Amino acid sequence: MVFLDFEQPLESLYEQLEKIQQVGEEGDVDVSEMVRELDNKIRNKRKEIYSNLTGWQKVQLSRHPERPYTLYYISQMCRKFTELHGDRCLRDDKAIVGGLGSLDGQTVMIIGHQKGVNTKMRQYRNFGMANPEGYRKALRLMKMAERFGFPVVTLIDTPGASPGLEAEEHGQAEAIARNLFEMAQLRVPIVCVVIGEGASGGAIGIGLGDRVYMLEYTWYSVISPESCSSILWRSWDFKEQAAEALKLTADHMFEFGLIDGIIREPVGGAHSAPEEMAKLLKRQIKKAISEVQDMTPDERIEARINKYASMGVFDVRPSEVEGKE
Amino acid sequence: MGWFKRLKDGIQTATRNKKEAPEGLWYMCSNCKETSTMKELKENFYKCPHCNYHVRIGSYDYFDLIFDGNYEELYEELVSRDFMNFTDLKPYTERLEEAWKKTGLGDAISVAKGKVNRRPLVIAAMDFKFIGGSMGSVVGEKIARAIDHCLENRIPLMVISKSGGARMMESAFSLMQMAKTSAKLTQLARAGIPYFSFLTDPTTGGVTASFAMLGDINFAEPGCLIGFAGPRVIKETIKRDLPEGFQTAEFLLEHGFLDFIVDRKDLKETVSDLLYFFDSN
Repeated sequence: MVFLDFEQPLESLYEQLEKIQQVGEEGDVDVSEMVRELDNKIRNKRKEIYSNLTGWQKVQLSRHPERPYTLYYISQMCRKFTELHGDRCLRDDKAIVGGLGSLDGQTVMIIGHQKGVNTKMRQYRNFGMANPEGYRKALRLMKMAERFGFPVVTLIDTPGASPGLEAEEHGQAEAIARNLFEMAQLRVPIVCVVIGEGASGGAIGIGLGDRVYMLEYTWYSVISPESCSSILWRSWDFKEQAAEALKLTADHMFEFGLIDGIIREPVGGAHSAPEEMAKLLKRQIKKAISEVQDMTPDERIEARINKYASMGVFDVRPSEVEGKE
Repeated sequence: MGWFKRLKDGIQTATRNKKEAPEGLWYMCSNCKETSTMKELKENFYKCPHCNYHVRIGSYDYFDLIFDGNYEELYEELVSRDFMNFTDLKPYTERLEEAWKKTGLGDAISVAKGKVNRRPLVIAAMDFKFIGGSMGSVVGEKIARAIDHCLENRIPLMVISKSGGARMMESAFSLMQMAKTSAKLTQLARAGIPYFSFLTDPTTGGVTASFAMLGDINFAEPGCLIGFAGPRVIKETIKRDLPEGFQTAEFLLEHGFLDFIVDRKDLKETVSDLLYFFDSN
């Protein structure tokens, strides 16, 4: 088990538990009472810790090394899944995966960022940072889904689009912009869920949809707290403050009306009960698809565009002279 | 051979000790370091008379360069609001106050309607000096409203991008402007109204990754910086120097992301030609 810094009290409780269990196994002492007591303590402590998480702690949870990623959720949610590779142009990006899946009999196109589960795989997946080819693969799959009337489901989990020489040469900006443009007018339902990190253009590049949700311990922002700290505070040390200032948690995003709902995670986070998390995720995705499936494509597109058009907060100055003086 | 050897490269003076030369008389080119008078510069379309470097100019300068005389400004009543109580080293409200005072602008974009060789056009032009030309709710809303205006009156749209990217102080709201502007542009495309995207120095981040790359025609000023990630970020990531000319307009043209590059002195004629082509139907 990996414990985050704010979970330290839990770690020592777990250590105690382990010791007691060892004693129980070795001798004839009955430890069941003590084990039960400790279990209770752990449960309460965990509840206590998880009911007061700061923005930064949620960011840490979203990056938890044991957190489930896209392919895990797909394997849990879909009885059948066939991964489809490549952008038909240059290569197959490993940081975005996609394919045809079946959600209880309903064929869907599932696309998502994929992070690696160990050091080697993290490199292979480029830490979930997609190149233009990844966004173009996603678009190819979405256009295919459109041709055959399959709803599109996207799972977002990226620290950002890949910054690099090749990414720029191949048009990272164009690839993301094109996806936004095409997703806005895609004729099939689109449901997006932030399952981990939702950083900036890299996230929204597969994140424009009829319904957008966030898991409870995820974040969505125009910039990562670290980069924000380095630019605005001119130092890497203010990530906690930046995380608070950016108001990047699911609760904030829902309060601002920028997402359609929050999918609650099991106490202890998605990684502590991944199967349960996958069930909750699947239920919400199915519900969301059924909510928008009965609209005509034109109605759906209009509603989608209007939803995004209404996002923004500004003031209207009564007269020009007043404001500028 | 000089008597003195420069031991340290680059500018050593702290920003706060920088001495501002009085504006309005002389211009020293930041590219070739040659000086010229402001008058010469202005007559040369704000390009350095010595090296043709295109000096960064503001939205109103572009309106003057492109429109036939008069134009009508639209939506200038929209201004930013510190909805999230964002404070870094300075509160966002303070940054806004400063920007309003310093620039006299309402926000990082201005929209105007006018005529180019007698053909109507709506231009939304960005200003870099207003918080780095960053895109917040107001930039998104003004573009959205400009699109609505173009749809209602069947007028082509031109957006002049000049931006460091998203406005961090509006966090997710600024991110959503990427989706908002891109989604609105689909309506223009569907209605068959042309959209010209003109990229100027610099165009980076969320602006490039949304409306700036979505023109029916994408064109740019010579030598300008265009990219998704900033050059400094890329350099830090790959840990080596960037190739010369990386992320310039010429680089993007070579890689197929621009239709052409246009010298500022030919800008009006180019826009006029585009309007002519799209108007004949």
